[in-house]
Amino acid sequence: MIPPGATAIVGAAESTEIGKVPDMSSVGLAIDAAANAMQDAGITAADIDGFTCGYFPVADMSRQLGIFPSWADNTVVGGCSWMFQLRNAIAAIHAGYCNTVLIVYGESGRSTRRLGQSGDAGQKGGTGQQFDMFYSGGQAAATFTLPVLRYQHEYGLSDEELAVGAVSQREWAVDVPRATLREPTSVEEVLDSPMVAWPIRRAMCCLVSDAGGAIIVTSADRARDYPKPPVYVLGTGGALEAGVMSPAGVREPLRPEFIRTSGEAAFSAAGVSHSDIDHLMIYDAFIHTPIFGLEGLGFVDYGEAGHFIAEGHTAPGGKLPMNTSGGGLSYAHTGAYGMLCMLESIRQVRGEAANQVADVDIALCHGWGGYWSACSTLIFGTDAP
Amino acid sequence: MPHPLVPVPTPETQPFWDGCNEGVLRINRCRACGDAYFPPSPICPECSSTNVEFFDASGEATLYSYTIQQKPLALWGSDSPRSVALIKLAEGPMLTSSVINCEQTPEALQLDMPLQATFTSFDDLTVLCFEPAEGNS
Ligand SMILES: [Zn+2]
Repeated sequence: MIPPGATAIVGAAESTEIGKVPDMSSVGLAIDAAANAMQDAGITAADIDGFTCGYFPVADMSRQLGIFPSWADNTVVGGCSWMFQLRNAIAAIHAGYCNTVLIVYGESGRSTRRLGQSGDAGQKGGTGQQFDMFYSGGQAAATFTLPVLRYQHEYGLSDEELAVGAVSQREWAVDVPRATLREPTSVEEVLDSPMVAWPIRRAMCCLVSDAGGAIIVTSADRARDYPKPPVYVLGTGGALEAGVMSPAGVREPLRPEFIRTSGEAAFSAAGVSHSDIDHLMIYDAFIHTPIFGLEGLGFVDYGEAGHFIAEGHTAPGGKLPMNTSGGGLSYAHTGAYGMLCMLESIRQVRGEAANQVADVDIALCHGWGGYWSACSTLIFGTDAP
Repeated sequence: MPHPLVPVPTPETQPFWDGCNEGVLRINRCRACGDAYFPPSPICPECSSTNVEFFDASGEATLYSYTIQQKPLALWGSDSPRSVALIKLAEGPMLTSSVINCEQTPEALQLDMPLQATFTSFDDLTVLCFEPAEGNS
């Protein structure tokens, strides 16, 4: 096992602009973010010997950046790919394959329809293409959300209670200048927003944005020489389950085992418990995914998270601050939100978030990929134990 | 060039698609452990045996959960709201499909309602959907 704190994030940045960036392709957003991350770390391409990207041919992107890596990875499992890649990178550093890894992401989800980007979940003859996507036209709002009605039915969660999650996240976003949606909202407004796929309204769905992001990770002994305080990687987890794009492949749809597997791996590696977590990010592609994350990760029991959120425990002033940038619903969501989700965790641990939570020593970030095909859990901290 | 969302069968899945054309829900079953599974695959996901076969399932199912899509894919030939559903087959597997031949409303689509397999055209293909079981429509 990799000891907690053996590696640390020493550079982290988003693209200069996010939200609506009409003059950049996915490639431009990725390179902009990579440049910002290198500047944040005070290094250049010459200092980097490991590289991952995911949505671009890995050799093309590393060459464009002037990086000649001795280790590379291009794991693509959907929105949490860059979290998986971080997990792989710390293993590579621990194994001695490389010292310093740049992880790059860019997605022009709004303006150029992902120009310059590779990665296609619906390839001809693939399982998703044959048995899943044509029913919904591949509309995530109608398929990723399929378990919601069952959850409401089993656990007595009303539409009004479900809607609180979007209101709570907007409360965070109000104080975040880079967030796309910053006007306070209400349960009534969420329920009055246009119906997309009953019971899912538009305000329960993520934004469609342009953004890039990049992080640099290195060994703990090297991390001390960088300008910013290291954000130590304490523990990581990852797991796969659903296979096809819809949740039909999840063995127990209301108790998805892969979330528990990923979370337990991260908690075990970090040697921390739930009560140690000061700040939480759970990838919100749609309003229900934080509910399933809170339960699967074990913060509350199965069936309790919908009411936990409805009672305001994850909102500003609540006991478990969650999705403090505003999340995919209010901050930005490109298509794959995992990098942006991680970057808010890192900002909070550094103490430089727009809506900074007091005294964040340990933060947990959980992301999804390919609806419920994959998930990853990362635990960061200000100190190495 | 067909629309990219029109399913493209593979040799491994062709018996399922042949079943659709014959009006039969044909899925896999493992000869070693008896597990029935979906989507089609040459290996049993339960026990890793490749001693598997296709069989004609009962077509009986229940409605596990669903959404009602307000703007369905144009290829379905109608722009009125359309269900996307998680369907639990009597033989065990869960799959994605749509419930058709009934009102596409929360009132008409009750969780756990009994369904039966039905087949409908989608572009040039015949595809699997479900409808309320007889006596339940
Ligand atoms: Zn078997």
